[in-house]
Amino acid sequence: MAVDRDTVRRIARLARLAVDEDQVVAMEGELNALLTWVEQLQEVNVEGVPPMASVVEQRLKLREDVVTDGGYAQDLMLNAPQTEDNFFVVPKVVE
Amino acid sequence: MALSSDPTRFTIADARDALAGKQISATELAQAHITALTAATALNAFITETPDRALSAAETSDARIAAGEARPLEGIPLAIKDLFCTKGVRTTAASRILDNFFPTYESTVTQNLWDAGALMLGKTNLDEFAMGSSNETSYFGPVINPWRARGRNEDLVPGGSSGGSATALAAHLALGATGTDTGGSIRQPAAVTGIVGLKPTYGRCSRWGTVAFASSLDQAGPMTRTVRDAAIMLKVMAGHDPKDSTSVDTPVPDYEAALNTGVKGLRVGIPKEYRIDGVPEEMDALWQRGVGWLKAQGAEIVDVSLPHTKYALPAYYIVAPAEASSNLARYDGVRYGHRAPGVSDLIGLYERTRAEGFGREVRRRIMIGTYVLSAGYYDAYYLRAQKIRTLIARDFTQAFQQCDVLLTPATPSAAFGIGSKTSDPVSMYLNDVFTVTVNLAGLPGMSVPAGLSQDGLPLGLQIIGKAFDEETVLRAGRAIETAAGFNAQPQSWWRTA
Repeated sequence: MAVDRDTVRRIARLARLAVDEDQVVAMEGELNALLTWVEQLQEVNVEGVPPMASVVEQRLKLREDVVTDGGYAQDLMLNAPQTEDNFFVVPKVVE
Repeated sequence: MALSSDPTRFTIADARDALAGKQISATELAQAHITALTAATALNAFITETPDRALSAAETSDARIAAGEARPLEGIPLAIKDLFCTKGVRTTAASRILDNFFPTYESTVTQNLWDAGALMLGKTNLDEFAMGSSNETSYFGPVINPWRARGRNEDLVPGGSSGGSATALAAHLALGATGTDTGGSIRQPAAVTGIVGLKPTYGRCSRWGTVAFASSLDQAGPMTRTVRDAAIMLKVMAGHDPKDSTSVDTPVPDYEAALNTGVKGLRVGIPKEYRIDGVPEEMDALWQRGVGWLKAQGAEIVDVSLPHTKYALPAYYIVAPAEASSNLARYDGVRYGHRAPGVSDLIGLYERTRAEGFGREVRRRIMIGTYVLSAGYYDAYYLRAQKIRTLIARDFTQAFQQCDVLLTPATPSAAFGIGSKTSDPVSMYLNDVFTVTVNLAGLPGMSVPAGLSQDGLPLGLQIIGKAFDEETVLRAGRAIETAAGFNAQPQSWWRTA
């Protein structure tokens, strides 16, 4: 399943990573090298084997569905690059 | 036991006794380490140093000791991997994208340490987002291994990703450190810097407040200079946390007490698949010496088979990037972290921010992860890798019907030169060939220093245990440590006045 440059651009778009043409060329090679290396997994017989869902046998705990904490608007905004009245500011998305 | 006059030579256990016996104050102990790390900037082990915070905490510790109210780690100076969120102290994950991030909360593991009286010297360098085996992917530059090959001046890598924490211990800049281990990131750097590194069972320590890499594999653990110190630290770090639903609610045993049990009658498995082509003979010889040491102390040696071992590394390089691509989706330049300037549309803002904020290895893993999870490829890659993970875990379950612990090499080689493997990702990934299986199966594993290579560089052996049986891992580790008598130290070439 070789990756071509269009696929690299599509994946970069899905991953929200800007890539220039040099990077597309480099990534095409790197991704193909990695995918060739993991190709050996195809030789394993996985018939009837369930995919691992959790490494540790345990039942997840449930707690009462009530508010236990909150009210940290200022803390939440503290590291934001741009804010206004406790809102995150982003470029205009609706004309 | 006679204590060294230099408090940076203490173990945690020594320091605990010296503080209790009023032979040293917590302030003196902290100051000695601050002096040492200030003179060790050439190693680049720390991203952020917090000397004032350490000294102020030491004052509190001295008051508590004087009042007879010392806690289990009272006054012990620690280095914290810069992947643990620390309230009000910059936390970067060694990434440009978090270059200026100041958490408003404290990770559970570090909170547990502070509640036990430990104090923080600073935040240690690591591979960016813990993605690497050499500490060379850090935005803040590589960490330099305190060890050099005999008669040579070449800078070597300290392993990774917890390379700063490992270096802080090997160079005596802290008495203990925290690490995280997703594919070997505690055990591999511990092995190549001549210290002890313990990755606990998945779920033993809370992941809350630790910057996420691959959530089904990540686990925090102690890095120390002795097995006893690892037991002391783990007891404080471990435990159930309501804020991490995957942390397990089983009692935390007294790990230190387990150390005195010895290994008589312990069944030690030797997995034949861990003999790998291309691994230097000296590593194999060390492994055989380890077998002999345990046998001499009364352990029974059992040959076992873990048939899917060779598929662990490729399976890991599907599962870990898949989870990473999902976890790292949160870095968008909107809520925290770096934001690309001057971009006028939202998608462009995300794309430019992430391209600028993430380094090359992180971008590569996000791409791989996004690809293997994308429509049409999910079954062929991700689902298949998760099935192989089941097979790897079954291998261990079957082996543990015949034995109590496994003994293996920790790494395929000693520390290598800076820049010598960066051009070939797969050769870099092979550094984790002996450690990654343990993460895929969620088991505890510990690297213990066991000898020196022909070049005079540290080599480690790994003990792997059953889930939640850190006690037996520590017992076997203690037996290796006792027999190896590893007491070599790097020359302190880095020290400036």
